[in-house]
Amino acid sequence: MTGKAVMVIGGGIAGIQSSLDLANRGYQVYLVERSPSIGGRMAQLDKTFPTMDCSMCILAPKMIDCSHHHNVKTLSYSEVKSVKGTAGNFVVTVLRKPRFVDETKCTGCGVCAEHCPVEVPNEFDEQLGTRKAIYMPFPQAVPRAMTVDKNNCIECGLCLKMCQAGAVDLKQQPREEEYNVGAIVVATGFDVFDASQIPTYGYGRYKNVVTSLELERLLCASGPTGGHLIRPSDGKIPRQIAFIQCVGSRDRRFGTTYCSSICCKYSVKDAVLIKEHEPSTAVNIFYIDMRAFGRGFQEFVNRAKSEYGVRFVRSSPGEILEDPASKNLRIWYEDTVAGRIENGEFDLVVLCPALIPSKGARELAKVLGAEIDNYGFFKASDILTSPVDTTVPGIFVCGYALGPKTGDIPDSIMQGSATAARVAEILERSV
Amino acid sequence: MTEEEPKVGVFICHCGVNIGGVVNVPEVVKYAKTLPNVAYAEANIYTCSEAGLASIKENIKKQGLNRVIVASCTPRTHEPLFRSTCREAGLNHYLFEMANIREQCSWVHKHQMERATEKAKDLVRMAVARATWLEPQEEPELDIKDTSLVIGGGIAGMTAALSLANQGFKVYLIEKEPELGGNLRNLSRLYPTMQETHEILDPAINAIKSSDKIETMLSTTVADAKGYVGNFKVTLATPQDKKDIEVGTIVVACGAANYTPPKGLYQYGVFQGVLTQMQLDEMLKHGKVDKAPERVVMIQCVGARKGEIRAMDLAGFPKSDTARLLSKILKAKKEEGWPYCSKICCMNAIKNALLVKEKFPKTDVMILYGDVRVYKEYEDFYSQAREAQVKFVKHIEEVPPEITQTPDGKLAVMAYDALSGQEINLPCDWVILSTPMIPHKEEVLLARMLKIPISSDGFLMEAHVKLRPVDTQTDGIFLAGAASGPKDVPETIVSAKAAAARAGTLMANKKMRTEALTSVVDEEQCIGCGLCEEICVYGAHYVEENVSHTIAALCRGCGACAAECPRRAISMQHYSDEQILSQVKAALTEES
Repeated sequence: MTGKAVMVIGGGIAGIQSSLDLANRGYQVYLVERSPSIGGRMAQLDKTFPTMDCSMCILAPKMIDCSHHHNVKTLSYSEVKSVKGTAGNFVVTVLRKPRFVDETKCTGCGVCAEHCPVEVPNEFDEQLGTRKAIYMPFPQAVPRAMTVDKNNCIECGLCLKMCQAGAVDLKQQPREEEYNVGAIVVATGFDVFDASQIPTYGYGRYKNVVTSLELERLLCASGPTGGHLIRPSDGKIPRQIAFIQCVGSRDRRFGTTYCSSICCKYSVKDAVLIKEHEPSTAVNIFYIDMRAFGRGFQEFVNRAKSEYGVRFVRSSPGEILEDPASKNLRIWYEDTVAGRIENGEFDLVVLCPALIPSKGARELAKVLGAEIDNYGFFKASDILTSPVDTTVPGIFVCGYALGPKTGDIPDSIMQGSATAARVAEILERSV
Repeated sequence: MTEEEPKVGVFICHCGVNIGGVVNVPEVVKYAKTLPNVAYAEANIYTCSEAGLASIKENIKKQGLNRVIVASCTPRTHEPLFRSTCREAGLNHYLFEMANIREQCSWVHKHQMERATEKAKDLVRMAVARATWLEPQEEPELDIKDTSLVIGGGIAGMTAALSLANQGFKVYLIEKEPELGGNLRNLSRLYPTMQETHEILDPAINAIKSSDKIETMLSTTVADAKGYVGNFKVTLATPQDKKDIEVGTIVVACGAANYTPPKGLYQYGVFQGVLTQMQLDEMLKHGKVDKAPERVVMIQCVGARKGEIRAMDLAGFPKSDTARLLSKILKAKKEEGWPYCSKICCMNAIKNALLVKEKFPKTDVMILYGDVRVYKEYEDFYSQAREAQVKFVKHIEEVPPEITQTPDGKLAVMAYDALSGQEINLPCDWVILSTPMIPHKEEVLLARMLKIPISSDGFLMEAHVKLRPVDTQTDGIFLAGAASGPKDVPETIVSAKAAAARAGTLMANKKMRTEALTSVVDEEQCIGCGLCEEICVYGAHYVEENVSHTIAALCRGCGACAAECPRRAISMQHYSDEQILSQVKAALTEES
């Protein structure tokens, strides 16, 4: 089966699963990832329902499987620039962005970062922690190589001097590489809706209003607070926490009328994690419909209520006001079941923003010639019968690049495997 | 024991602050260096990172290590990774051992740092003691037959069969009914496109019929299944007789059943106009309605999101009683309902509401719900229904609606509107009950034959709920469609393709290696009493000519046979008595 190659675009869990299934099958896989490391969103999460395994613990072995697999070539810090040809015979041009570090020489020892004088907010920690201008996004990064962030680098050359391996190369140039592949799998994932677009919630203005992804980093033992849930304004442990669902989801104002599919479920998980950590903390979830669909989730909601005392309020809150002195937050809301306008004070508010197409998905769709749907997600060629085929033969799609029809991690993995089946179907037929 | 002197290397992981924040890792490293046979010890921030793995490889070579211990997290997630690292460095991976100082130490003793450090030392000492006795093992290599059996001819089974055939494999597709199509045959249209079901089914059925790779057998069930990954021997019960086939992989696509309410629940089976969504769908499909109803009231979550979570652990029951036990469970569930949310019922109700509206535009359709779970883009489908004047009423679920009948045969639903707090009384012609997808009997009996565990809600269980959603614990057997839980058509097709990918990958490789952790029979000692055969739940032992034999590919290394054997004729590879006892002794030895 030599000579059969596939390109997978996006190194999150969906792309990783697709790559591994294809590689195990004997195909040569080129896994293209735009950021310095594969891992995607799953790498940022704290723990996952229902096994409560830490997300990184179950993801990292798969990332390393990719990097060690003799049939997978990981092209990190790279982007797809152009695609020519048709199913069975695509020519893909990939831009290898300069990371200013020779991946083959760098051992990831981190001495350069220790000496780098520039400190900037860390994207991986949702800007809550910091990193240096030469950095590795997280300790389990694959490939294990540093990257220089040239936007923030002051060219002091300290990293160059400190590197024992001679891996730093500040003159590295971008280069383009061409790959011949029979099929392409798109797994570009999601981004998070900018909650500051809803001014009444004060995200960006009020320090103690955070997004759920920021909360994941705050809960995570390897996160910026070492797993201590403290509030950003003063480092105090929050005692009254509110989650607000559908921030941007199911909302006509922003064109994001869909349900993001995962927020109810992860909020209940986070609520339980917080309760396990600090049983005395009051956790309130403001929701419109509690969408705990699928096996095991309704039972989990029941347990959150009865065993952990998580409070569920059916309401889409109207406004959040900050007390300028204490930085506490007053939420005004209508409890639609009680039929009353009420308000309550909280010391941390977690917004659950809509998941939106990954930045650049639209451009990539253009490059591939694939259609996108009304929301900007990749369109399935037939939503009932061909759920992982794009509108271009030979190009498939999995994970949240397909939009909320994906939902959670197992869905992404199933779709990743499903694309592997579709690729095998066309590559074996063209024998 | 190998000839060589054991040289043990110990790698102790900080796991960031997960371990390092509680256990004094440098002290454990120092301690490890004092233990017998330890040639090398070091600490890593994350042993599982590429740096940690590189260090293991480097030190195997540099220090000449012939045993490696990683003291970190659980082997469940990380043992395969460390094992393959050892293998890459030329060390047989059965000479690797793990000590779990996170889940079994730092996480559970967060507030007792000093004692946690002592316990970590104990765990490392035990691992070193065991490692000294480890031996290299060879993993048996199996041939994988490139033929697959797909059980179930619904949309899941047909999709999986077609994908496997397109990948170049021969497929047996069996269906217990006399025709293909499964549950979809009973539905008129599919949400959210409102396509007629036959538009989906007919092309699939035609493709199956015209494929020269697929042998379809209708009215056929599995009578018996033996064997193991790559080499399953399945006996099929066909209408004529029995047929034996040999296949490399099995895809279980036996679907799910639909919950039928017990007689009297919401007056089901008592009043004529009380129907399930399935019955309504069938009625609309066959156009068996003469007179337009004035009002239709739908009630969501009938028999779903109710009752307790109750584990259906069939493994502990005698095989002969499976069917009887199962019918008891199903009967109990029929009364009390199923605890989970069936996921598809909200969309299904909206679809049927739209169909009623399409046929009878003047009919008032109301849906009583607890939560409208129209996830994904189905939100737009929900909006479409509201625009079509379908009315959604959140009712207080704790107070079940009451159904009454007036003398003229009209029905009335009395419920509590959760938002107004008012009692509402809805005269209507039909009351439609939305009921969940539930596991069916055949599925569970099949699970028993194929040794697939059943989840607490009765569906077939995946190997790992997050990471291996279509694999089962039995190598070579995969799950497609609603057999593993409620799914709609796109989800079913995705899971069927995924199962076909996983099965296809196995078969394309033609060979695979299996775990060497198996039981071994000392033929001199064995008296052929057959106790091991009786006790083995995996069917890995058989007695022939008064001697027991192990089928390595089936053995999961649980050790039940070794514990039970009256002659102590059975030992476990990689878990020998010496290995375990040395570990126990080390646990009981006072720290020097």
